[in-house]
Amino acid sequence: MQVTINGKNYDVEKNTTILKACKDAGIEIPTLCHDDRLSPSGACRLCLVEVEGWKNLHTSCTAICKDNMVIQTHSDKVIKGRQEVLDLLISNHPLECLTCEKSGACKLQDYCYEYGITEGTYRWEMKKPYFDSSNPFYNFDSRKCILCGLCVRVCDELQGTSAIGFENRGFETNVATPFNEGLINSTCVSCGNCVSVCPVGALEPKSKEKFRYWETRDVRTTCSYCGVGCQMDLVVKGNKVVDVKPAFDALNEGLLCVKGKFSYNFLSHPDRLKRPMVKKDGVFVETSWEEAYNLIVNKMKSVKEYYGSEAFAGLTSARCTNEENYLFQKMFRAVLGTNNVDHCARL
Amino acid sequence: MMTKERMDSIKEVLKPKIVEKLIGEDKVELRGDEVVLKGEYYKKQVRIALKNCDIVDPTNIEEYIAFDGYYALYDSLTKKKPGDIVEEIKNSLLRGRGGAGFPTGRKWDEAYRYQADKKYIICNADEGDPGAFMDRSILEKDPHSVLEGMALGGYAIGSDQGYIYVRAEYPMAVKRLEIAIKQAREYGLLGENIFGTGFNFDIELRLGSGAFVCGEGTALMESIEGRRGMPRPKIHRTAHVGLWGKPTIINNVETLANVPVIINKGYEWFRGIGTEESPGTKVFALVGKVENAGLVEVPMGMTLREIIFDIGGGAQDGKEYKAVQTGGPSGGCIPADLIDTPVDFESLGKIWSIMGSGGMVVMDENTCMVDIAKFFLDFSVEESCGKCVPCREGTKRMYEILDRITKGEGVEGDIERLEELSETVSSASLCGLGQTAPNPVITTLKYYRHEYEDHIHNKSCPAKSCKPLIKYFIEDTCIGCTRCAKACPVSCISGKVKELHVIDQSMCIKCGACYDVCPVKPIKAVSII
Ligand SMILES: Cc1cc2nc3c(=O)[nH]c(=O)nc-3n(C[C@H](O)[C@H](O)[C@H](O)COP(=O)(O)O)c2cc1C
Ligand code: SF4
Ligand code: SF4
Ligand code: SF4
Repeated sequence: MQVTINGKNYDVEKNTTILKACKDAGIEIPTLCHDDRLSPSGACRLCLVEVEGWKNLHTSCTAICKDNMVIQTHSDKVIKGRQEVLDLLISNHPLECLTCEKSGACKLQDYCYEYGITEGTYRWEMKKPYFDSSNPFYNFDSRKCILCGLCVRVCDELQGTSAIGFENRGFETNVATPFNEGLINSTCVSCGNCVSVCPVGALEPKSKEKFRYWETRDVRTTCSYCGVGCQMDLVVKGNKVVDVKPAFDALNEGLLCVKGKFSYNFLSHPDRLKRPMVKKDGVFVETSWEEAYNLIVNKMKSVKEYYGSEAFAGLTSARCTNEENYLFQKMFRAVLGTNNVDHCARL
Repeated sequence: MMTKERMDSIKEVLKPKIVEKLIGEDKVELRGDEVVLKGEYYKKQVRIALKNCDIVDPTNIEEYIAFDGYYALYDSLTKKKPGDIVEEIKNSLLRGRGGAGFPTGRKWDEAYRYQADKKYIICNADEGDPGAFMDRSILEKDPHSVLEGMALGGYAIGSDQGYIYVRAEYPMAVKRLEIAIKQAREYGLLGENIFGTGFNFDIELRLGSGAFVCGEGTALMESIEGRRGMPRPKIHRTAHVGLWGKPTIINNVETLANVPVIINKGYEWFRGIGTEESPGTKVFALVGKVENAGLVEVPMGMTLREIIFDIGGGAQDGKEYKAVQTGGPSGGCIPADLIDTPVDFESLGKIWSIMGSGGMVVMDENTCMVDIAKFFLDFSVEESCGKCVPCREGTKRMYEILDRITKGEGVEGDIERLEELSETVSSASLCGLGQTAPNPVITTLKYYRHEYEDHIHNKSCPAKSCKPLIKYFIEDTCIGCTRCAKACPVSCISGKVKELHVIDQSMCIKCGACYDVCPVKPIKAVSII
């Protein structure tokens, strides 16, 4: 199938959306409510394009390419439509970029900049504010919410929890938990996937750090909490981890759980063990790896000699990978000679 | 099991009895061999969808059968193939009565051709337009016509399950439907093996909670599936991917009530009524400042004048007729000089209005067109589902501008801003609600721009209806009867008996009580300026 985008011809497969066709062709289309992993919504209306022969502008995320379609992605009419949408959104959005933690990583901010929208033409009535800070890990601020619905869909379609939905209608529509009882009283498991998809600063981690996204760099790593091996980007300012973003081109496809997403404070915690410790005269003192291993080996040998193999029991952790767990049990069975091995996941 | 013989004998015994009783009560007369309601109001009406209303007892299935009910279903199941039914409806050129006027036969054809293990047919009985009660009357007074229409649709497209999505605020309609479904099952006209033909079809009710947007086809399906009623993006046709992802036909109550009659009498007969492109009739809820308000069913193509003046008796209380609003909150205001426009899908479209589901609100000289636009927009603002930006944010901003204008706070540029917002909201919204919400503004701006300008530039309301812009004033023709002073709820009128009375403008709340009671004739001493 062939389509013409901005005067150039492209081959596309059947059932491709215009948005995808444009993306494949390297043409950037702004979106606020789209996520390849989720069902299309058509809520933000920013991905509008012009299609020859169609009366109205059309959202490219919900329109399927047809053979010989002629598409304009940046015509005057399209730009004007997008500007109006952004104008309407920013008119009902607090202009708190100076203090907003999302600044620098906010799609609304970026697009308003790109499309030349300043404070909004219609800064009249604002919607009633609603805050939910009951979750221990993140806050919700309805004033900043642009109702893209990504959080609701990610919670429902990928996380499978359906803790949040929409309440009220029209101008007063909000994202909320059932009967507005607050996140802490909902089925929310604090996975933070809603926080990760929020394009603006409506859902924000309760960060203890002050940082700006332009001061940070991303460091790709593997989550150390369990053996699944989710990939994530540590957001690092100086030498300190200040945020965690799930990685997209990985098995976890942009998802994390509460531990991977929010529990990174131990990394730079003052109590964190950085070197092996041995007890000398009743107190732990730092030592070298060499000495620590020697101590372990010697103790194991002597225990086995005096008390026999059945004196050992090994308990391993879910933070280890399958391979590590395999090695652990092999060490107990083959080296120490006991079947007394177990795993914390049994609990 | 129901048989033709049983239906024939019910009809033979019952029909003469019913007719005799109604003629005795002087309620009906015979027009040819049709039994029609009697009276001036019904003379110009042609009733297809409402043909049984107020004639048969809606709680007795036998009375429906006595008036040819379920014969269309019998003939279709025993003598015709599903494709024949689709052809018949296609040939009839029946167009959806729920608002958009989409050709019903074409819709059915799509679902008929689409292979699937399960298909659904939905009757849209959500009727959310303010002031509309066309569907409600059919449901309450002739529920079986809808059930039969659905069964015919089910047979045509190959569906064995129907749903009626009816608003819970219609308790009587719900009750009548429950009775009708129960009776139809008892008589073997719903359920398994209908007329012994092996065709199975059943209907369930689903109650809506009165959100206007749930009348939109895909939002309605979301609601039936148990989610919040918000329109789906239109990627596939619902005739292919609808309820629970299966091919689904959704039709309005009135559309479905037309189906059995078309099947019974044939498409040629149907096309003989109405206009070439919009055959048949349309039911309207004639309301507002009209002498005889009520439901009317007239052939398409009848002029507004005939409906409003000949049937409706013109504007109320001898006032001057000013405009009519058709199509509810998605429709447009039609000025008096277009009163001879024929009412059909094409003609109304040409003058920027729509047929809609059949709301017809008559306005008189005291109706302010800016205020009317504001009234309808307010409805859309309240009923927007909140999903998409142009409708959620845009209609609200339009409302705010209109509100300012009617308060005398309009500013230069407001009209242009309204026009721009109208364009954005109608062209960029996701569903029909947003796409049509600006229509009342667009049409009043088109036909009554001077009223907007008067409000903005001269701070005056030509219809003398916007309170912040008017003043009550007592002229020196005052006879000093003191009635106004007694009527004033805030006691801001002073004056002695038989002397000129004066209104304290700073306290006046502009309720108009003084104007209403002033007995001076022919021109009242209280004037509105
Ligand atoms: C906001 C909105 C509300 C609607 N409400 C109704 C309604 O109450 N009843 C109805 O029959 N159609 C309603 N419709 C039209 C339906 O979407 C659909 O077109 C119709 O039910 C199809 O039936 P028809 O072809 O028989 O008219 C509504 C449409 C919109 C956009
Ligand atoms: S944290 Fe996870 S479970 Fe809780 S609302 Fe967000 S996505 Fe749903
Ligand atoms: S909280 Fe964020 S992700 Fe959720 S709807 Fe609002 S803007 Fe979208
Ligand atoms: S146009 Fe209005 S009612 Fe329709 S989807 Fe958008 S917000 Fe909802």
